[in-house]
Amino acid sequence: MKFCVCIKQVPDVQASVQTGRMVLNAYDASAVEEALVITGDAGGGEIDLVLIGPSSATETIRKALAMGATNAFHLVVEDASSLDSNAIAHMLAEHFKGHTYDAILTGKQSQDTDSGLAGSMLAELLALPYATNAVGLKATGNGLEVTRQGDSGQEIIELPTPCLVSCSNDMNNPRIPSLKGIMAAKRTPITTTEAKTVAPVTLVARTFPPAGREPGVKWEGEPEEMVSQLVQKLQQEAGVL
Amino acid sequence: MIEMNSILVVLSVQDGRIKRSSFEALSRAVAVGGQHGLTVNAVILHSNASKLAAEASKYGASKIFCFEDRVFDSHLNAPLLAGLETAIEKIQPRLVVAASMESIKDVWGALAIRVDAAVLPDVASFDVNGDAVVCERPVMAAKVMAAVSSSHPRVLVSVRSGSYEATESGGESSIETVPFEMSSQTLSATLKEIVTTTGDQVDLSEAKVVVAAGRGVKDASGKALVDELASILGAAIGASRAVVETGLFPATAQIGQTGKVVSPELYFAIGISGAIQHVAGMSNSKIIVAINKDADAPIFDVATYGLVGDCFKILPLLNAELRKALS
Ligand SMILES: Cc1cc2nc3c(=O)[nH]c(=O)nc-3n(C[C@H](O)[C@H](O)[C@H](O)COP(=O)(O)OP(=O)(O)OC[C@H]3O[C@@H](n4cnc5c(N)ncnc54)[C@H](O)[C@@H]3O)c2cc1C
Repeated sequence: MKFCVCIKQVPDVQASVQTGRMVLNAYDASAVEEALVITGDAGGGEIDLVLIGPSSATETIRKALAMGATNAFHLVVEDASSLDSNAIAHMLAEHFKGHTYDAILTGKQSQDTDSGLAGSMLAELLALPYATNAVGLKATGNGLEVTRQGDSGQEIIELPTPCLVSCSNDMNNPRIPSLKGIMAAKRTPITTTEAKTVAPVTLVARTFPPAGREPGVKWEGEPEEMVSQLVQKLQQEAGVL
Repeated sequence: MIEMNSILVVLSVQDGRIKRSSFEALSRAVAVGGQHGLTVNAVILHSNASKLAAEASKYGASKIFCFEDRVFDSHLNAPLLAGLETAIEKIQPRLVVAASMESIKDVWGALAIRVDAAVLPDVASFDVNGDAVVCERPVMAAKVMAAVSSSHPRVLVSVRSGSYEATESGGESSIETVPFEMSSQTLSATLKEIVTTTGDQVDLSEAKVVVAAGRGVKDASGKALVDELASILGAAIGASRAVVETGLFPATAQIGQTGKVVSPELYFAIGISGAIQHVAGMSNSKIIVAINKDADAPIFDVATYGLVGDCFKILPLLNAELRKALS
């Protein structure tokens, strides 16, 4: 099967202070991993990558190549900060006019914006059947069997190819690139093009810290004592019981 | 240009009922509509839509449109997309609002392309300001809030559960059944199986009390203590990603950035370290009780009441005390 995984470079949200360190979006890493597992199991296949972002995002492409992807396309936009999901989906759709795949994979959302829109927008623009929030993926004779996490359980869906699937990080644990992979990725040519940007339809006016929580109390000591203090608080002050 | 002076609220059905979060979204839409002179209508897409509409009628929509077809109960996105497209073409709303849940997240992006709309997804609040729709939404794993707006002629909004109160308006909606036929070609995907894990348990996004377990709960005996606490309090059961991975709790219980967002009156975090991706899903809870044996666990930074200790020692005592207190 021939896959293309759409990947994004995001700030490391895990860091307790903003370090400026940029990483491969965790959901996209799971999409790359899943494509590697499926092509590996099938004894072959191809995995392309496509990334929209600044020149400095090359390191993120190399990381995904080092995991085992075959080729990469870098659609360069030096300042991608104002591009919303709608713009990204249109730019990707333009790219896919010239490239066909059995399946396009995306992360189900980005760790930085949590919008979760670009995947299904792209599917609609390309008129592809799609599934979102996949936690399992299997190749069948003529398509993909997707297990998606729904509101009340898991839904097992059969999609014909070509199709698009957006992946959850609950799908797998992405591999750590091997030294050999890292060396090989350094030599893989990346097809780089200046991307034509599309105007966004939403605008981030400002950002601000969320309302902080009232400071709480922390008890240490005998379990009996802590428990009776807690029950008393919940009954009296909090009035939630 | 078509005059678009209404809000359309999509009422989502899960396990045969309209979600409370849908009524929260509807109540907010009614308030916004009242302020800005916009009519508020609702739509239900479900085999039992007209019966459900009768129950929904007290939340203040002018009209409830019922798309009554079994195909909507299939959990597939193609019918929901086609139904919503038809509804939007017919009603021509300025703004389309729904509760943020997996079935809506599944179609919101594709729908936006299909009906040429902008999307403000997963918002904590929204309003209309002149010709713009404005919202606030958490980003960066909820470490930052962003004020986002769109002046696009049509905007789709999905609202996090618990962001607004569901309030009955006293009025009554008129109900219109809309004939709908799904062509079989459009149904590109096939549903093979649904593995339901919520069953008749208390719904997480609607619960007043959530008891959430983390990896510290360890095994079946720890789970039994958590289940007991939840049953004493009539609480819904939540879980961290790490404990879902062990198979002890179903993925439908997962709370956080990847999982669900909850904002109950009372949240118990038991054996949960408090990683930002977990906290992103529960930090709006009113009261947070944390039980963790590591006094430095980050969960204590957001806890109202923190108990430093072993949950295997604390929970049996707590369950007994609560039983006494509640009897
Ligand atoms: C993109 C992304 C998305 C994510 N989404 C989510 C999400 O939606 N939800 C989520 O939960 N996580 C999510 N995570 C994972 C998150 O980063 C943490 O790994 C996870 O929340 C840890 O779960 P935990 O607290 O149960 O486990 P741990 O971090 O292992 O913590 C276990 C805690 O239990 C305590 N403990 C151990 N034994 C006892 C005992 N006997 N009594 C009391 N306390 C005890 C320990 O002190 C420790 O603090 C995500 C991660 C990424 C990268």
